[in-house]
Amino acid sequence: MFEYAPAPESVRPEIREHYGLFIDGKFVDAEDGSTFKSINPSNEEVLFTVAEAGEADVAAAVAAARRAHETVWGRMGGAERGKYLFRIARLLQERAREFAAAESIDNGKPIKETRDFDIPTAAQHFFYHAGWADKLDYAGLGPDPRPLGVVGQVIPWNFPLLMLSWKIAPALACGNTVVLKPAETTPLTALMFAELCQEADLPPGVVNILPGAGATGEALVHSPVDKVAFTGSTAVGRSIAKAVAGSKKKLTLELGGKAANIVYDDAPVDQAVEGIVNGIFFNQGHVCCAGSRLLVQESIADDVLARLKERVATLRVGDPLDKNTDIGAINSAEQLTRIEALTETGAADGAEAWQPECELPERGFWFRPTVFTGVQQSMRIAREEIFGPVLSVLTFRTPDEAIAKANNTPYGLSAGVWTEQGSKILWTAERLRAGVVWANTFNQFDAASPFGGVKESGYGREGGRQGLEAYLDV
Amino acid sequence: MNHGVMGSILNGAEAVALARSLPGVDAVGLEARAAGLGTRSIKKASKAHAIDLAIGMIDLTTLEGADTPGKVRTLCAKAVRPDTGAPSVAAVCVYPAMAAVAVEALKGSGVKVASVATGFPAGQVPLDVRLADTEAAVAAGADEIDMVINRGAFLAGDLERVFDEIRAVKAACGEARLKVILETGELVTYDNVRRASHLAMHAGADFIKTSTGKVGGGATLPVTLLMMQAVRDFRAATGVQVGVKPAGGIRTTKDAIKYLVCVNEVLGDDWLSPHWFRFGASSLLNDLLMQRQKLTTGHYSGPDYVTVD
Repeated sequence: MFEYAPAPESVRPEIREHYGLFIDGKFVDAEDGSTFKSINPSNEEVLFTVAEAGEADVAAAVAAARRAHETVWGRMGGAERGKYLFRIARLLQERAREFAAAESIDNGKPIKETRDFDIPTAAQHFFYHAGWADKLDYAGLGPDPRPLGVVGQVIPWNFPLLMLSWKIAPALACGNTVVLKPAETTPLTALMFAELCQEADLPPGVVNILPGAGATGEALVHSPVDKVAFTGSTAVGRSIAKAVAGSKKKLTLELGGKAANIVYDDAPVDQAVEGIVNGIFFNQGHVCCAGSRLLVQESIADDVLARLKERVATLRVGDPLDKNTDIGAINSAEQLTRIEALTETGAADGAEAWQPECELPERGFWFRPTVFTGVQQSMRIAREEIFGPVLSVLTFRTPDEAIAKANNTPYGLSAGVWTEQGSKILWTAERLRAGVVWANTFNQFDAASPFGGVKESGYGREGGRQGLEAYLDV
Repeated sequence: MNHGVMGSILNGAEAVALARSLPGVDAVGLEARAAGLGTRSIKKASKAHAIDLAIGMIDLTTLEGADTPGKVRTLCAKAVRPDTGAPSVAAVCVYPAMAAVAVEALKGSGVKVASVATGFPAGQVPLDVRLADTEAAVAAGADEIDMVINRGAFLAGDLERVFDEIRAVKAACGEARLKVILETGELVTYDNVRRASHLAMHAGADFIKTSTGKVGGGATLPVTLLMMQAVRDFRAATGVQVGVKPAGGIRTTKDAIKYLVCVNEVLGDDWLSPHWFRFGASSLLNDLLMQRQKLTTGHYSGPDYVTVD
């Protein structure tokens, strides 16, 4: 037997005992003195306390951002802005290991993913948008594109630093200033990013970070910003859309999903199994574009499921800081409860749950990778976003049926197609109502590639030339 | 003939039809999976275990025109006792002309004698010559035969001929275990490698092996992973277990451990022994020995602290 000895990441980030709000280039406490705690989801220990922004703090941050936009950032030449962005990108690369460990500790996701995906991709977003800063006239969005002004941004906890970079990099490249609220369970890397902005000598007020919960986000949405950008649940997105309706505020929303991963009988089967695993178990399934519904052609379903279970049984669940961990902790007790509740409905509705035998740590929030077979379109686990490591397996007989089932959801963020036949990929992709369709792969991202949804998965694009439009007056 | 190790009951036409009907391989996905397995971090006790496991899986090889009985005897001595406290390697791999020398030198040691045969490495000689080559090696006492497949026939589409030839060599092997070298660098595509793997197994291969080491492009992690998936699928379908031997280009402990991680996570315990997994290598052994010394003593030694042969 070949057991792997523990291989803990040796770099530990310096985590302060307390963080303030980052307003106008300085860390300050909340005006009403409110604070909250951030805990490590893998052992439930308190990591640090952080100031919680209230309405007064939001007003101060938005005012600082307005000032910075009018006096410095909005007037600065694109090449100069680009230099700051390149500097931020380089600093992120230099401190990548520290950021990776911090993200893993605060979020619960495995170090393998923060090291190989979250942090490098975040840096890539800054590099990519740094390049655009002085070329906006040539983005094909019309002559003389102008910044919008001050942007309020609210991001989720699943990819804390990466979502921050998806929001901040294009906003700054286009000449806007930002007030960003990280999720209440994962503020750490946003606060470390604030320190990095100080190190980069970014002019005060260009980036403001306001930790807080739903109330802070609501205050930000109602504040006098010129644009709101939100990534999170469809329910919250809907309330934000209502709040900004009738105002001149622009809005982009990147919301939930219930993606179909379609596996045809002529798929490259071993790679499809990898794609299914990556599609639903990447980041504990805390991915808005997760391939949470496997639609497999009935004729190969048994074979694919046997291979899938064999593969899932090799996933290593445990300490997020161990370099060999594949699946880390669920981000919060609240999310764990939601996953458990939805999983119970699956069993109650008559689907069959399968989980590999793996030991889970005693403390912290953990959930075994779960595969539901015998799932029907009418069951809640086939319709609602679980946002956890839970796969619902459905079958289809013909390509038309696959399309009908795949599109039979209010969401439309992503989808996957597996077949060795190029023409079938194109036939399928053009019929899928989803913002992103992956062919013979899943969960691939690139700063140059626009990302976003249709239907109740939101509107607006992030990344690529198309993503610039969300931050420009064109 | 030992019917117990014959791969399947298929005739050539059936085996070819089956090989042609296998699902395709997505190259990007395969390579991504191999790269992912390559990031496993193997430290401390697990590294020590892996090093000894890898040493015990080596087919220590010398395949030079300049090979002499003296050179082969030197290599055999090292094969039996590579270093103080280190395990013996699995086998010594030589040309048929040297097989008898190796058999004599390794008598009673438990280290097997493997002989390449069938007009190694190109195999571009008539079949009766290849069979005679095999019979000579077996007669000299070789425990294992490393044959090359007919890549020309394979690339020309004559898969049935490839199958029939492997079967003929298998028959000539008698009790010797047959390793079938696909020469993946010449088959080029992963789809070809998967087809050739299944063809070889159905024809009775006891091992499928990546390369001769004599042409560019020896073993790679993705190609070996693909062959592991093939032996896994073959056992699931037929109940017959076949070994895997990557050869050519594996020189470092770090690389060897990546292969062992693949065996561990794709095939599991059943294949984690020298009976089912081998490394065809020569310089790998010294790197393993140096890493072993490092783990034992706490400091790096150097090339002068391991033997050249």
